[in-house]
Amino acid sequence: MRDRAGEPARLLVVDDNKVNRLLLTRSLELQGHRVSSAADGRVALEMLRREPVDLVLLDMEMPEMDGFQVLEVLVDDVQLRDMPVIVTSSLEGVANVVRCIELGAEDYLTKPVNPVLLKARIDACLEKKRLRDAQKELVRRFATPEVAQDLQKSGFSLGGKRVRASVLFCDIRGFTTLAESQAPEETIELLNTWYTLMFDAIGGHGGVVTQMMGDGLMAVFGAPVALPDHEARAVQAAQEMIELVGLFGREREAAGKPQIAVGIGIASGEMVAGYVGTQERASYTCIGDTVNLASRLEAHTKVAQRGILIDGATRERLGEGFRTEALGPVQFKGKTTAVEVYAVDPGQRSA
Amino acid sequence: MTASTIDRATFDALREAAGAEFVVELVDTFAEEAPGMLAELRRALAANDAETFRRAAHSLKSNGSTFGALAFAAMARELELGGLASVASRGDERLEALEGEYARVLAALKALRHA
Repeated sequence: MRDRAGEPARLLVVDDNKVNRLLLTRSLELQGHRVSSAADGRVALEMLRREPVDLVLLDMEMPEMDGFQVLEVLVDDVQLRDMPVIVTSSLEGVANVVRCIELGAEDYLTKPVNPVLLKARIDACLEKKRLRDAQKELVRRFATPEVAQDLQKSGFSLGGKRVRASVLFCDIRGFTTLAESQAPEETIELLNTWYTLMFDAIGGHGGVVTQMMGDGLMAVFGAPVALPDHEARAVQAAQEMIELVGLFGREREAAGKPQIAVGIGIASGEMVAGYVGTQERASYTCIGDTVNLASRLEAHTKVAQRGILIDGATRERLGEGFRTEALGPVQFKGKTTAVEVYAVDPGQRSA
Repeated sequence: MTASTIDRATFDALREAAGAEFVVELVDTFAEEAPGMLAELRRALAANDAETFRRAAHSLKSNGSTFGALAFAAMARELELGGLASVASRGDERLEALEGEYARVLAALKALRHA
């Protein structure tokens, strides 16, 4: 099995018995893989920390550091915990198999290993690793390193949990008109610069961009990593976003291009956060009334002629150092009761 | 004696999967490594070191099954699962039997290299 780049997969065989080690290495090389080997657990761990490996074939019965100990170290290591391991052992007894699986082994093959079975298991394992890597890459691109690491620790299983967080929606005002007035290349360049600035402001305050939608984006503060002051962080990020867009706009103006402006809506409360999608393609997102409200508030910035609008729940827990103005209740589509809306003074940023 | 010492089906399957030339190399490696493991069994028996005894027997069982040395593997397996305690006073006798079978296995494997 080869990965997307057409490179052979890199496998590590760990076995203290030389005959076993040579035979397994040979079988895997015949299947087209690149194989390195280690004679004990300690050497194997050193190699795993030093060189890239796609899959480990691990013997259990070894002097010095046995396979169980290797599995225990891997499980506790943030960098290596996702390393797929197939146990190849002639240890007998279901208890041993169960212990390996509980320690995170993907599979357990009894030695001498049947070559056909070995091939099937390895191919399945590598395919799973490839999907996991792709998913990780997706998260890495969308999240701060801190969040990405937290996600790695908690695993990448699909499914949600209930969290308290703040959701932020932002989009570029009058983008369609803007796009029509300039060359497509220029529009893409504008969007790329804008996204870079927005990611910076959001990530800098502990938020995660969960969706990019053309000229708009959605970010969450307080999930997947809980933040006690997610309301204030979201608002601070929004203020920085407005400031950065202002600087960018002045730069554009100096170059003879039209100014740009953004509208930002923030709502806070309970929501369901987690991975949605399929095993092949999943993204981290938040769902619930709070999310809908943030989106409505963002749309309402055009009507209210304000840069940043927040809901009552966000304002209530903002703390000191923010100037807000009550705009009164607004009846949004899809809401049974009117919502108190507040504008945040974008110019005044608390320290 | 070859027929009963080495199971031809297992050995042929090994040769089929790994290649005849490689299996020659593998037999040589076994011939280099096995005496050390047998000596370790002896040492573990003398030192009453159950863990080393079990591990050496385990390793020999595993290699025996790879080459189709079924009787040899079965004897090593008994030592592995029974452990040091099970051989009790018959330890020397049991190891001698295993060493004797090893000699037959090696001879059979060397003969099969040219088969």
